[in-house]
Amino acid sequence: MPAARQSPLNSFAAHAALIAYTLIALFPVFVIVINSFKSRQAIFREPLALPDAESFSLIGYQTVMKQGDFALYFQNSLIVTLASLFFILLFGAMAAFALSEYRFRGNLLMGLYLALGIMIPIRIGTVAILQMMVATGLVNTLWALILVYTAQGLPLAVFILSEFMRQVSDDLKNAGRIDGLSEYRIFFRLVVPLVRPALATVAVFNMIPIWNDLWFPLILAPAEEVKTLTLGSQVFIGQFVTDWNAVLSALSLAILPVLVLYVIFSRQLIRGLTSGAVK
Amino acid sequence: MSDVTLRKLVKRYGEVEVIHGVDLDISEGEFVVFVGPSGCGKSTLLRMIAGLEETTEGRISIGEHDVTRADPADRGVAMVFQTYALYPHMTVEENMGFGLKMTGHKKDEIREKVREASRILKLDDYLKRKPKALSGGQRQRVAIGRAIVRGPEVFLFDEPLSNLDAELRVDMRVEIARLHKEIGATMIYVTHDQVEAMTLADKIVVLRGGNIEQVGAPMDLYRDPDNRFVAGFIGSPSMNFLSGSVAEGGVLAPGLGDAPVATQAALPAPGTEVILGVRPQHLALAEGDSHAVDLVEKLGGVSYAYLVAATGDRLVVELDEDDAAPQSGTRVGLRAEPGRAMVFDAQSEKRLR
Repeated sequence: MPAARQSPLNSFAAHAALIAYTLIALFPVFVIVINSFKSRQAIFREPLALPDAESFSLIGYQTVMKQGDFALYFQNSLIVTLASLFFILLFGAMAAFALSEYRFRGNLLMGLYLALGIMIPIRIGTVAILQMMVATGLVNTLWALILVYTAQGLPLAVFILSEFMRQVSDDLKNAGRIDGLSEYRIFFRLVVPLVRPALATVAVFNMIPIWNDLWFPLILAPAEEVKTLTLGSQVFIGQFVTDWNAVLSALSLAILPVLVLYVIFSRQLIRGLTSGAVK
Repeated sequence: MSDVTLRKLVKRYGEVEVIHGVDLDISEGEFVVFVGPSGCGKSTLLRMIAGLEETTEGRISIGEHDVTRADPADRGVAMVFQTYALYPHMTVEENMGFGLKMTGHKKDEIREKVREASRILKLDDYLKRKPKALSGGQRQRVAIGRAIVRGPEVFLFDEPLSNLDAELRVDMRVEIARLHKEIGATMIYVTHDQVEAMTLADKIVVLRGGNIEQVGAPMDLYRDPDNRFVAGFIGSPSMNFLSGSVAEGGVLAPGLGDAPVATQAALPAPGTEVILGVRPQHLALAEGDSHAVDLVEKLGGVSYAYLVAATGDRLVVELDEDDAAPQSGTRVGLRAEPGRAMVFDAQSEKRLR
């Protein structure tokens, strides 16, 4: 073990820095959550105070539950996020496997073409995407969002995953071939379990931007029945009056599902990292 | 029938030809070792037999079947890899049974075969462990077990002992020999270690640059090599080679001394340039000061003296336990055991018999 790790002073400094960062990062979340439980006057009088008997109020949550169909918004967000992640991981991993495993003409060009998407933000193409969605009749459907987010997430997914796939030993795949496994079986039974930590990383990377996105839901799916949570919360933010209780309550609720998803993926991440290498 | 026949096998990567028309017959139950320096194509050849590399030209048959274009799984072969290639997320038991499970065998049947293999390889205590909790030798045993369970007609080993430490390598070598005796299947084994080749093989195939140099039983190759390459590759430490010329009553090699060395070979006309090959154990120290002692390695039973001749030729001499080992830096004389030296043509490097 390096000497630096053993020194209690260094250890203390490292922990202090990490704790400080954690506090700074969590502070806004904390403020949102405590204020969501306070009455409107209390929010503005003392924004940093914890809710007490006098200021405690669930008016925000009541508004959220009454107004708008928040259960539906939740469901929409969840469907869009999970479906997008599923397609990103499935197609990303498959493309990465093909690029790293098979020698074929244009392999390098194909890899570069896919990587191009990392450098060009998908929002530049918004107008063209909207035209395409109108032409295919997908406007105001969840599929519009799922397709766009899948396209948005694929380049980075392919890039990261193909790097990991290259590290999976050739002998292992060949052993599978001799054992009579088809290429699909080799992919799903041998390679995917081994790159699980990379899959979890890609999932975490993509999950939060998709969940929080306002741009594409606003443009491609603004109809009531396909609104996502982020878009749904906007009804409380008016040009002249903003219902802060409701906004804060909606945001607090919106944190929960991502938190659960994150816990699931990060467990995979840790389990994957400790599950042992090839040799 | 599980004999393996290779006919005019050629392998090309694009323009580059790496295997140049190899012909080989391996009979049923034989233990054949492919040996050669790195890059000689021995692993490529094995992978072609396994079906992991496409065969550009030629024909491979196992038993009655032409398997040149068959999938690896349909060839009736099992392979053991240098890196073990165990499935890391499965237990030892699952690793060994996975191939059968994928080809749709019944659970009872798989369990029975795994039990049998683990008995042969003494893996019973480790069946529930994952590969990461095993030592190198145990992992390689599991890899061999995975091959046994499939009940193949031909076992392929691709440098299976290279990742093990020296002591374990000896143990595993003995184990593989025992396995061959117990199972009796045809085995093809690739190694660059000529000790493994000598000890395991019924038949050694020496490869160089994508060509077969010589095929034969270990001792035949040792005693009767076809050319300089095989003579130098088989035997440890390797044979000493000296340039010389044909003279009255033998070959005169200035690096060995002033007297001609008598050989049993049919020599060409006097004055022809030849290469003289003498194994270290056929040389002995003698009175004189023709050679300088560079270094002496004492291995216990034998010692090896590294000598430098006045001509700059370097020679290795094997000394017995009882011989007095010379000090490095001193000068000694040298004597070749008569009739033991081999003679090779200077140009073609073919042996003159």
